Amino acid sequence: MARPAPVRVLPAGREALLVELDSAEAAEAFHAEVVRRRARGDLPGVREVVPGARTVLLDGLAGSSDADRGRLARALESWTVEPLHRAEGPRTEIRVVYDGPDLAEVAGMWGVAPQEVAALHSATAFRVAFCGFAPGFGYLTGLPEHLHVPRRATPRTRVPAGAVALAGPYTGVYPRPSPGGWRLVGRMEDPDRLWDPAREPAALLAPGTRVRFVPVEAHG
Amino acid sequence: MTAPDETGTASGTVRPDARAPGSTDGAATLTVVRAGALTTVQDGGRTGWAHLGVARAGALDEPARLLANRLLGNDPGAAVLETTMTGCAVRADRDMVAVVGGAVCRVTVDGRPAAWGAPVRVPAGAVLDAGPALSGVRGCLAFDGGGLLPEPVLGSRSADLLSGLGPPPLHDGDELPVGRAPERGVPALPVAAPWPGAPAVLVLPVRLGPRDAWFTPGALRTLFTAAYRVSAQSNRIGLRTEGPALARVRDGELPSEGMVLGAVQVPPDGRPVVFLNDHPTTGGYPVVGVVAAPALAAAAQAAPGTPVRFVPA
Repeated sequence: MARPAPVRVLPAGREALLVELDSAEAAEAFHAEVVRRRARGDLPGVREVVPGARTVLLDGLAGSSDADRGRLARALESWTVEPLHRAEGPRTEIRVVYDGPDLAEVAGMWGVAPQEVAALHSATAFRVAFCGFAPGFGYLTGLPEHLHVPRRATPRTRVPAGAVALAGPYTGVYPRPSPGGWRLVGRMEDPDRLWDPAREPAALLAPGTRVRFVPVEAHG
Repeated sequence: MTAPDETGTASGTVRPDARAPGSTDGAATLTVVRAGALTTVQDGGRTGWAHLGVARAGALDEPARLLANRLLGNDPGAAVLETTMTGCAVRADRDMVAVVGGAVCRVTVDGRPAAWGAPVRVPAGAVLDAGPALSGVRGCLAFDGGGLLPEPVLGSRSADLLSGLGPPPLHDGDELPVGRAPERGVPALPVAAPWPGAPAVLVLPVRLGPRDAWFTPGALRTLFTAAYRVSAQSNRIGLRTEGPALARVRDGELPSEGMVLGAVQVPPDGRPVVFLNDHPTTGGYPVVGVVAAPALAAAAQAAPGTPVRFVPA
């Protein structure tokens, strides 16, 4: 149980280290471990902790020497990382009208009737693995592998704010209008909640947040 | 950095004549007379939010921003205007002292020549014009009294062009709040300000990693020996280059991972892109190496066509 996770620590310039894990699950667990240890004050000097799909970037090690980063790298490699507790972390619910333009196509890939997509998607316990693409855009994991769908061959030039979208292992919700290649299955009722710089955290879907989608009927 | 309260005595100050200190209520207003090709408000940037997908933004030529503010006795964090190639012109509704630095250009106040790279008096209603860059790319216009004061977003007044946070790029006729005139005037610094010039050759020291193993040994030799040039496609997100493509040993996509400032990312066309302040926080193309942040100020001033040499750091 208490074995160090298999990790590789890669150099990323003079101010950062990139920790690479074997799987998405291990990366989420490692990120949670970093967040826990940082909250305890164990990682002074780390200004940014940026999770990725298989990685955790520790950035902002300004003024660190090569030796400092070498010591930190060895320490990271020796950490005992607790398994990911999917029952931990802040929780949020997102109300979705499942009427996206790609709903029927996704239903076809899943081998179900279009009206079953909402039930399957909303039954999933999602967790924000990492952010990127735009402020407040979270990559949500949790969808079982048999429900993963490829991106569209041709991205749309404009996806509306609040669009609930699938691609590969991820679900995401577009915080503002943008081009996008993910498959749209629905729309969030109140997309203004996704990003509010006056709120802490500004992103509703910050890494580590647990998410449930709740199907609702369209109004009017 | 010089703190505002270290700023000399009354005899050592350049004070605008036509106003009594402390008589201005609230912020003054700066009106954009000529916005130029791309002029944005920039301060030290918005660090600490990369995990939410927020780019750092901030002045590309950070030493220029710091020096301009220092010459005015401003806080080091004060926001300035960053221009691109074509300069800009502004008019304030109070007497002020301003510094035009960064890219070298002709400076005028109501059409009369004024100093570049040093504090200049700009009377209320007069037009301060920073002309097109004679050398360099990014001009820096700083104003006394604490600089520009648009509403901060996540602790920064910087415009982030990738995600649209902060004040939008300037348009003709825009109005921006600027600090009231400082009670103690602007310090007359005895130093001759060392503005760095535009590089004749942009030398970028690179540390390999994290994804150098995705490239052939020949590609790494190419990176450190080939003649690259600054591409005209460069912007605040990245300095794009023209030159030989770097061949990969691995195909396929890299699962999205965190990106650092100065990352040398190699997109499918094989030409290195050096990430600047508005870079995305995560990305899926491999990063062959990282340029140390202090070298990026020169990258901000390297005009399209400037030769680029990547050297091992």
